[in-house]
Amino acid sequence: MLFLNNDVSKAVITLMNIIIVLVPLIGTIFGVMYFYNSKEFTELLLAQPIKRSSIFSGQYLGVAGSLALSLVLGLGIPFVAYGIFRSNAIFDFTLLLVTGAFLTLIFTALSFNIALTNENKIKGFGYAVLLWLFMAVIYDGLFLMSLIVFKEYPLDSFSLTATMFNPIDLSRTLILLKLDISALLGYTGAVFKQFFGTNQGLTVSLIMLILWTVLPVWRLVVISKKKDF
Amino acid sequence: MFYLFTFLFFSNLLRGNTITVCANCEVKTISEGVNIAVEFDTLLIKKGTYKEYNILIDKPLTIKGDSYPIVDGEEKGEIIRIVSDNVTIDGLFIINVGTSYTSDYAAIRVVKSENFTIKNVVLEKLFFGIYLEKSNNGRVYHNKIIGDAIDEYNSGNGIQLWYSKNVVVEKNIVQHVRDGIYLEFSDNITIKDNTSTDNLRYGLHFMFSNDDVYTNNLFENNGAGVAVMFSKRIKMVNNTFRKNWGTAAFGMLLKEINDAEIVGNTFEENTIGVNIEGSNRIVYEKNNFIKNGWAIKVLGACYANTFSRNNFLHNSFDISYNSKLNDNVFNQNYWSAYTGYDLDKNGIGDVPYRPVKLFSYIVNKTPETIVLLRSLFMDIIDFSEKVSPVFTPDNLLDANPLMKKAL
Repeated sequence: MLFLNNDVSKAVITLMNIIIVLVPLIGTIFGVMYFYNSKEFTELLLAQPIKRSSIFSGQYLGVAGSLALSLVLGLGIPFVAYGIFRSNAIFDFTLLLVTGAFLTLIFTALSFNIALTNENKIKGFGYAVLLWLFMAVIYDGLFLMSLIVFKEYPLDSFSLTATMFNPIDLSRTLILLKLDISALLGYTGAVFKQFFGTNQGLTVSLIMLILWTVLPVWRLVVISKKKDF
Repeated sequence: MFYLFTFLFFSNLLRGNTITVCANCEVKTISEGVNIAVEFDTLLIKKGTYKEYNILIDKPLTIKGDSYPIVDGEEKGEIIRIVSDNVTIDGLFIINVGTSYTSDYAAIRVVKSENFTIKNVVLEKLFFGIYLEKSNNGRVYHNKIIGDAIDEYNSGNGIQLWYSKNVVVEKNIVQHVRDGIYLEFSDNITIKDNTSTDNLRYGLHFMFSNDDVYTNNLFENNGAGVAVMFSKRIKMVNNTFRKNWGTAAFGMLLKEINDAEIVGNTFEENTIGVNIEGSNRIVYEKNNFIKNGWAIKVLGACYANTFSRNNFLHNSFDISYNSKLNDNVFNQNYWSAYTGYDLDKNGIGDVPYRPVKLFSYIVNKTPETIVLLRSLFMDIIDFSEKVSPVFTPDNLLDANPLMKKAL
């Protein structure tokens, strides 16, 4: 891709599309699949004198960590070989990798949650795919419809809050802040201006991403402690 | 004949005496120097500070500064007023022009004069910089104007031309004023190699001025970019418009412009590259639109414009229309978002490109939806609109998109 067009910023845009669509999908599917496949082994482990939280967090970290690492290394190495350090897109690219890693962590955690609460494999898979579809496509559709329906009202704080509640939108916004800042500043709202014009947007989005990772993991630990196998 | 002219020219020069002005000389102020000088004399101003204002130059003189003498107006009013033909001002450092809400005090004002030259002048702390009023055939060359404007209502313009014809404005640097260069009712003006940056309002502002040419200028980080309004037959060649960011910021704003030529310009990282309204028969050729929010925003009543051999690279939106009607021609441009193929290898894509996306239509209607930029859902609906256009003008397409960047 890089050798074809010699333009790193275009490559970043293309990669962004891949990252915000495919990475969550892979995270979700792999998470659910791994959990169900290793269920019997997990039950065997539970019979041993090992803390439950360490079993489940270990499993989660194993899957999420390896997925995130494969993404970062898999994208990072070719770009480094291509000479990203010498180009000025290094910051955009790092941001891309960071959000990609976060998305992996978030969606694996969510899928573990689903798998833990659903004994039925098929149901679990269904929910996981639905979750991905909802976050990637349906959420934006509903979001757009609500914006158009309520366009008479001041919507800028609403639209910014709505992006916060979807990790895919959130990471997209983060990358947009770097790539399309000139278009984003075209809108008149003061809230927008503050969010996009300063570093505030970057900070708030990163904090939200961390929250999105911590909360599902925390729930995972809590449920796994109580659950009766 | 030639010898005669040379002879006349030199005899003219020889006739002029040089009067030196300095703190310890016989002549201590510039006004005094102007008073005792006769026509075609040269005033040589030595280094020093001259606290003077309202200097009236009413005869053909050359006023030359030696290593930038400072003329300090102490914010009392206008500093130099030229009311005679053939005046040259060279190498002065003028500061502290008075601010007034009733009259436009300028550092140098030229009134109803011909053949003037203003060059190598540095202006700081000014209200208006160089103000040409009904003065023709002059030259404003290599000046540096650095203002400290904060509010639009109490600041002036860097270089202002009012009812002036055949003036060359060249190699000037204008910063931090209201409008960098402002033209009103001024025809046949050449503006070239200027740099106009960080101005409050426009880098360059045209009103009712026809047949003007501007080439190789740089306009960067101005409040609203460059505005060209109510003018005819303007040529804009090889200019650069950069980083004009904000809600009402444009690389270039065209309003009621007819028969202009816009060739070889670069529009980079502006919120809106070119904003056109009521402009007809304009030729856009070989321009580069790079990383703008909107490369071109069409607001209606624009007919018979042609866009050819332009490069549209990584803009968030290439073209935005607010109506379904289209009478403009797009042909042989390069679009970085083009995804078609070229089977017959003639360098021209086999599938037409539709530069107007459904999303840009939606953003026009509901601006908040801009946060959904580049989401998967938007890509899906853009794709469906591309297949069968409903909301966007269906004849708006580039039938021959280039596969490689136009040079």
